[in-house]
Amino acid sequence: MNVALMQEQVYRGAFAFRNSPQAIRRFPLPFPEDRYMYSVNIEPHVAGPAGSVIEFPIDCDEHYVEECRERAVVLAEDPLRYQALPHMLSAQWDTLELGMHSLAQSYPQHFSLSRQGRSWHWINRPLGLDQHFSFGDPATLPQPPLEYITRQLQGDWVIMDQRDNDLWAEGGMVTGPADWSMDFDIGMSFKEWHGPVPLGHEMGVFDRALKFLLNLRLNEPVRRLNWTMTVHPRLDTSPHNYPEWGPERAAVTAQNVADVLHLRTELQGLWRLPRSNGIVFMVRTYMLSLRDVASIPKWARRVHRVLRDLHPALVDYKGLTRHRPTAVAYLAQFDDGAPTTPGTAPE
Amino acid sequence: MSHSHADTIPVRVVAVEQVTPQIKHFIFAPTGGGELPAFSGGSHIIVVMRGAQRVFRNPYSLMSSPNELDTYQISVLRVDPSRGGSAFMHEQVRVGSELEIAHPVNLFALAKLARKHLLLAGGIGITPFMAQLHDLRLTDVPYEIHYATRSPEHGAYCELIAQAEPQRARLYHDSAAKFIDIEGLLSHQPLGTHVYVCGPAGMITRVLETARALGWPDSHVHYEKFSAPPTGAAFDAYLDKSGIALHVLPDQSLLEAIEAAGVDAPYLCRGGVCGFCRTDVVAVDGELIHNDHYLSDEEKASGKAIMPCVSRARCSKLVLSL
Repeated sequence: MNVALMQEQVYRGAFAFRNSPQAIRRFPLPFPEDRYMYSVNIEPHVAGPAGSVIEFPIDCDEHYVEECRERAVVLAEDPLRYQALPHMLSAQWDTLELGMHSLAQSYPQHFSLSRQGRSWHWINRPLGLDQHFSFGDPATLPQPPLEYITRQLQGDWVIMDQRDNDLWAEGGMVTGPADWSMDFDIGMSFKEWHGPVPLGHEMGVFDRALKFLLNLRLNEPVRRLNWTMTVHPRLDTSPHNYPEWGPERAAVTAQNVADVLHLRTELQGLWRLPRSNGIVFMVRTYMLSLRDVASIPKWARRVHRVLRDLHPALVDYKGLTRHRPTAVAYLAQFDDGAPTTPGTAPE
Repeated sequence: MSHSHADTIPVRVVAVEQVTPQIKHFIFAPTGGGELPAFSGGSHIIVVMRGAQRVFRNPYSLMSSPNELDTYQISVLRVDPSRGGSAFMHEQVRVGSELEIAHPVNLFALAKLARKHLLLAGGIGITPFMAQLHDLRLTDVPYEIHYATRSPEHGAYCELIAQAEPQRARLYHDSAAKFIDIEGLLSHQPLGTHVYVCGPAGMITRVLETARALGWPDSHVHYEKFSAPPTGAAFDAYLDKSGIALHVLPDQSLLEAIEAAGVDAPYLCRGGVCGFCRTDVVAVDGELIHNDHYLSDEEKASGKAIMPCVSRARCSKLVLSL
């Protein structure tokens, strides 16, 4: 088989995406309890256990190369997945620094960054990149700084300006979203951006989250988990290509549910940016098939109970209406009613 | 994992200069070498001063260039009477002294969409603008700065500003009966101008009132206000379930005191937002001081719950269900 074709069909087409046993066990299960409702579940983004997805500020896992390649494919089809307004240039450089510094510190065998004043030298071994550039001078990079660095990072990235006691999404690289769009959201305030989310507004979640983020401090990033479900390991479930993935939701059957339906966790990270005083928002996506979920008895019980008892508004918002019964029926066989231990660890 | 204190940065004082009868200028370098964190003009740092009797934590604007991170520079006005911090800086701190600083925070940022920036400084209020001027010189957006001091003798950085901004700076001295014409300035600015004021409280009030009277949108009027960490009077607390008595110091949070007593209290955000550390109040012989954004007004009024990460009490004894 054509190797290039294979490489491009990890998150689309043939869906060659697979999680290793290690990747399954480190999957960030978004359910600390047997039921789920929104909360301001924000916590300091400090180092977690070795091997976990929060061991380092920016996780780089076994899917790194294929995810970066998927991003390049999406951008080739739709360049507007990357956008930044002119006043966000300093936030772009801030994000580039965060990405390069973090990867080089966390994974010195794969990445290196050396700086002499404004002269920087960046090496990305997995992607075969070696770049000398002048920090602050966009002419010395092949792409704008945010595009350059996010082509080398997993997850989607949004940069926000802070003004008028609000946060404005005014730049980003979004090629693997759970049904949202940078092209649609660019220029929106925090609450406009979260407009479609049900229940949260009434609960005051966004008021509190915004107040908290406006006070976000340098060197004290925060994180939270969010989740949904996706048919096939398809990273790019954007509104732009809904015709491709929308109908797939109707094709989940009792026979294929274990392999096609994926629990999709977003590890969201937020950092205050130093030079721009903006904030960068990371949405890092992890996907796990229901078969892999069921391979861990505690998770099978818990995900079964969460899906079975989920609030109807959330079922609808997360696009689970059609296939939730199938998923619940599949997982029910693994749920003997025994209590689950607290926390999300596999046991 | 413990996160009870935000990381501070150890710095060494590498230069001290008495620039006016009341103002000293300090240069800090990181004790461990290397660079200090990048920041944006308008940022301040908290300087932690460990005095013989107690610890002071005072905010000071960074006045050095955001593009030069080998050192930070601040200026300290000796306040009379001093609550302790400025006197400590003036009397105890000299070249070679070691201090701790917190990471920069910007509560006085330049508006990136402004069509013009109008900067109004009074006295020591010049300091945040000195860093911002470095940022502004790199943009194409027009700006001007008006800097008022009591007299040339008290104008710490008049010469520096006049030399650096010969076209864009105007200096005023009370001693020469020269005052900033606030109403005149604010009456004749192009659409999209943002005005920034830092100086004595009276000056800030005059600018805010004049701008409002002239119809400026609030979003285009900026002033420096330090948000110090919520401190207060010391008080005693008792953890009912653990049977532990503890004393909360003036600049210590209730949560920190609980942790210092060895009790593993729940928390997530440590910013009064997430609700995770909500603790039931069993009894209090005084008043709860709620600094959080989580409890509703009714809950705050009921006195039945407290968020110990940011809130405290004015009392002699607070009993918590912990």
